[in-house]
Amino acid sequence: MKKKAYWEKNLFELIRRTSTDLPQDVESVIRRSLKAEKKGTRAHHTLGAILENAELARVKDAPLCQDTGALLFEFRVPAGFDTNALVAVTRTAVSRATRHGYLRQNTIDSLSGASYETNVAHGSPVFHFHQGARKTVDVRLVMKGGGCENVGAQYSLPDVDLKAGRDLEGVRLCILDAVWKAQGNGCAPGVLGVCIGGDRATAYKASKEQFLRKLSDKSRVKQLARLESRIMRDVKRMEIGPMGLGGKTTLLAVKIDSLSRVPASMFVTVSFICWAFRRRGMVLGTEGGLKRWLY
Amino acid sequence: MSDVKNIEYPFVSEKMRELKVGDMVKVSGRIFTGRDRLHKYLSEGGKLSVGLENGAIYHCGPIVVRKDGEWSVRAAGPTTSIREEPYMADIICKHGLRVIIGKGGMGADTAKACAKHGCVYLQATGGAGVLIARNIEKVVGVTMLKEFGPAEAVWELEVRDLSAVVAIDSKGRNLHKRVKAASKRMLKQLRC
Ligand code: SF4
Repeated sequence: MKKKAYWEKNLFELIRRTSTDLPQDVESVIRRSLKAEKKGTRAHHTLGAILENAELARVKDAPLCQDTGALLFEFRVPAGFDTNALVAVTRTAVSRATRHGYLRQNTIDSLSGASYETNVAHGSPVFHFHQGARKTVDVRLVMKGGGCENVGAQYSLPDVDLKAGRDLEGVRLCILDAVWKAQGNGCAPGVLGVCIGGDRATAYKASKEQFLRKLSDKSRVKQLARLESRIMRDVKRMEIGPMGLGGKTTLLAVKIDSLSRVPASMFVTVSFICWAFRRRGMVLGTEGGLKRWLY
Repeated sequence: MSDVKNIEYPFVSEKMRELKVGDMVKVSGRIFTGRDRLHKYLSEGGKLSVGLENGAIYHCGPIVVRKDGEWSVRAAGPTTSIREEPYMADIICKHGLRVIIGKGGMGADTAKACAKHGCVYLQATGGAGVLIARNIEKVVGVTMLKEFGPAEAVWELEVRDLSAVVAIDSKGRNLHKRVKAASKRMLKQLRC
């Protein structure tokens, strides 16, 4: 890889923007939700605070939330592209973003409890690569906070306690259960990413990949699109509300996908992401030049 | 509900007992941040160089930067409180805490301790780190920075009008628990 500094500069900007600038699609759904809540209620107040916070973060060039989360990078690269070099420049950009206060020192050694200075460690940041017939390097970053990560859940159907069978109705019951259990934690309103099928590991990954979808898009699979809107309607009636303090707005969107499975297992995997939904992406040329922003 | 009540350090229990679950409040004066490391440390009998009597603990791991020899807080939203549930009641009792600020709600032991000692649990807007940072007028000091690291250290902050909602009052009434019970009833209906 030539022009390392150039790559690093753009990746740094990706991190800065992700950390400080709430994506437009997320913000506009929150704005719509605010209108649906009654003035003077806790829900209205909380959503107002969230929007004010987003605006202030932008103006002050400061992280939206102090938990700058796990850093999930997804790269789509041309076949044969040097991914090791990408890992190296991304790690450098992460260190620099930490020193500049765009990321908190947010990475802990699991055995000693000691904090890493730069967020570069074994397993951090997280990388996923896809190679394909393409001419650009697309990089997407999701910063996923710990509070919402903690309330993710995986169910194995059939689930006797929930009386949930191996069908879409069973899937619905699992998702509603997860939403009910998550309340209060994970900073609602947020977005659900769901995967039906897969194995325990691939399913969590696929559930998080749903966060790369724009909030406005619907599943192309009719049954799943129907389930997505059904869940939205159901959850609204639960009146859990922003931060679990009551109200209509508990979710901003639900995104569901499926993977094939083996006959013996059927998992329903639910990942949450909070309203501080930090997701940005850029299309780079193979020399590292910025072509355009995604989202 | 739309009346906002102001509370100020020192947070004496008589004043805290005037607050009702669901009230919106604005907090001013001195507060301390503290999260997992601090709670564990205190419950194991650890000593602090600062007193928590009539004080407030804010469950928060802020982003603090040092500029021209002064600390300044860039983001300081609340962290999940329930992780401190095993320690909270004990700390309220032993250290005379009267306000806890966090997010997500706390459990029965904390609610009981609130009722007994005239303490309240307040919920700040989760994730609203920059907004809350604006309410911090000054970083007065920091202890346990080396031992706990910057996110877990005990930051002594001077705040003005920090907005929060009373989620557990000093009668032990618990807002999250109420919402949870009501949504459970609806969940049952939705299952059919
Ligand atoms: S769940 Fe999200 S908004 Fe809440 S504290 Fe964590 S990162 Fe911030």
